[in-house]
Amino acid sequence: MQVERVSAKQVEADQALPPFRSAFTRFGLLLVVLLMMGILTLLQPQYFLTRENLTNITRQVSSNSVLALGEFVVIVTAGIDLSVGSVMGLAMTVVALAVHAGWFSVPALLAALATGLGVGMLNGLALTRLHLPHPFIATLATLNIARGATYLLSGGVPISGLPPAVRFFGAGEVQLFPGTAFAITFPISFLIVILLYIVISTFMTRTATGRHIYAIGGSLKSAQYAGINVSRNLVLVYVISGGLAGTAGILLAGRVNSAYPTAGTGAELDAIAAVIIGGASFFGGRGVASGVFLGAIIMGLLRNGLNLMNVSVFWQQVFIGCIILLAVYIDVLRQRAMRLEG
Amino acid sequence: MDQLVEMRQITKTFGPVVALRGVDFAVRAGEVAGLVGDNGAGKSTLMKILTGVYQPDGGEIWFDDRRVHFTSPLDSRQAGIEMVYQDLGLAENLTPIANIFLGREITRRRAGLRLLDEAQMARVARERIEGLQIRLPSLSLPVERLSGGQRQSVAIARATAFQAKLVIMDEPAASLAVSEAAKVLGLIKRLREHGVAVILISHRLQDVLDVADRIVVLNRGAKAGDLRREETTMEGVVSLIVGGGG
Repeated sequence: MQVERVSAKQVEADQALPPFRSAFTRFGLLLVVLLMMGILTLLQPQYFLTRENLTNITRQVSSNSVLALGEFVVIVTAGIDLSVGSVMGLAMTVVALAVHAGWFSVPALLAALATGLGVGMLNGLALTRLHLPHPFIATLATLNIARGATYLLSGGVPISGLPPAVRFFGAGEVQLFPGTAFAITFPISFLIVILLYIVISTFMTRTATGRHIYAIGGSLKSAQYAGINVSRNLVLVYVISGGLAGTAGILLAGRVNSAYPTAGTGAELDAIAAVIIGGASFFGGRGVASGVFLGAIIMGLLRNGLNLMNVSVFWQQVFIGCIILLAVYIDVLRQRAMRLEG
Repeated sequence: MDQLVEMRQITKTFGPVVALRGVDFAVRAGEVAGLVGDNGAGKSTLMKILTGVYQPDGGEIWFDDRRVHFTSPLDSRQAGIEMVYQDLGLAENLTPIANIFLGREITRRRAGLRLLDEAQMARVARERIEGLQIRLPSLSLPVERLSGGQRQSVAIARATAFQAKLVIMDEPAASLAVSEAAKVLGLIKRLREHGVAVILISHRLQDVLDVADRIVVLNRGAKAGDLRREETTMEGVVSLIVGGGG
C-alpha cells in the first residue's frame, strides 16, 4: 500500500493526456474529413479543390458551426437548446430592421447580439427559476416565441440590403500572408468561427467554470456535493448558446445581404447533428469543441459534395440522417470497447 | 470544551415524516465515532444536516467552538468538514485529480486569463495523499474507467486531501471486497493518528467495533445509546439498534 514515488516525467505524462478521452474521436473525425475531401476530389476534380468552392464551403458552414458551438456547450450539461435556429432568424431581423430604421451599424449589430444573449438568459432562467422539468420545454417555448416575434417584427417579408459594415462579418474577405507565396484570400466569417472555437475550447477545458460545466453534465449530484453553483452555471451555458446564435445570425445576414423571416428554421437540428457527429454525448459530460468543429465541417462537405453531384436536397437530408446514425453507433461501439478494456 | 462538533437537540421533519426528534451528537477532535442504526433511523439525515445539505428545523450546531449555520456543502467544506458519500459523489467523466479539486480548483493567471493549473493540482494531490498512504491509480483516466475500490480511493482522497478536521464516511466499505474494506479501516486509523476526527456510518458492526472510539446508536430518529468502545459488545449494540422504540 505504498504510494510509488512518481517522477516529474510521470506527472508530465499525466498532463499530456487530455482529461476527456477525445484523441480517438478527433483523430477518427479528421480521417473522415480527409476521406470525404479525397473522394470529392476524385469525383469532381475540376470543381471541388478550386479556391471558389473551398471558400464557398467555409462560408456555408460558418453559421451552422457557430450554432453548433453554442449547442455543444449546452449538450455538455446534458441539456438541449432548441431555440438556436429561431434566435438566429430573430437576430437577423433585428439587425436588418435596426439599420433600416436608421441605426448605425455597430449598435444594430450589438442589438442582434443582445437579442441572442437575452433569449439565452430567458432559457436559463426558465430552467433554473421556473423549474421547468427539462430544457427541451423551455427552449421549445422560446423557439416558438422567437420565430413568432421574427414574423411579427418583419411583417413576414424579407428585409433586403444591408450596409457594408454589417455585411463585413458575413461576406468580407481578408488577405492572409500578403506578398508571400502563401497569399490567400480568406472569408472573415470563417476566421470568426475559428476564433470563437478557440475561445470556447479554452473556456471549456482550461478554466474552472468550464470544468464545472463538464462536472454538471457528468454527474449533477457530484457537482452539487462539490458546492458548485449549478443554477448559475446552467444560466451561463444558455446565455452562451443564445449569444452564439445571435452571432450566427449576424454572419448569415451578412452573407445573404438580407433578413428573411424563415431564416434558421430547423437549423437547431443541423446544429445538434454537428454536435453529435462531433462526438459529444447526449447524456452530457463528454465531447470537445474541436470535435464539434469537425462535425460541422463534415456536414458542410456532405452538403457541398452532394450539391456538386446534383443530388437533390431531399436525398441530402436522407444522407445526413444516415451519418447521424453512423456517428452515434461508432460512439456506442467505442464506449463499449473502452469499458471492456478498462 | 474539547468537542469538535456538537449537535444539540436537532429536529427535522419531511412533510408528515419525523426524521429526527431532538438528537444530541458530539465528536471530539481526533476521535473516531461510529454512527449506527437501522435503515430510516436518521443517520444520513443527521449527517446531511451537519454538512449543510439539509437545514435543521430545530437545534444548534457547534463546530470548533463556534455556532455554525451551514447552508450548503460548500460552507461545511470551507469549515473543514468533508464527506465521503455512499454513492461516492464523483463526476465519472472527469479524472481523479479533477474530482479531488472539483469546486476548489487551483488556477493561475496567464495572459490575463485565470486558467486551471493542472500541474500544480497534480503535485498537490500526490503530496497530500502520500501521507495517508492512499494508493491512486493513474491520475489521467476518467473515474468511470476505474474499479470500485479505486473509485473509493478517489472519493476518500478527495475528502482527506485538504486537511479536513472532520471526515464523515457513509458506508465506505459497503461495495468493497474484503481486502479493500480492510484498507479503508486502516485509513480511518491513520486519519485518527493525524488528529482528524472521523464519523463512520456503517451497517457492518464489526467494522465499527474495530475502529470506533465511541458508538452512537440512532433508533427511529432519536438517540438510543452513546457508548464508549470499551464498554460495548456486539450484542449490546444490536439490541439498541432493534430496541423496541419504547
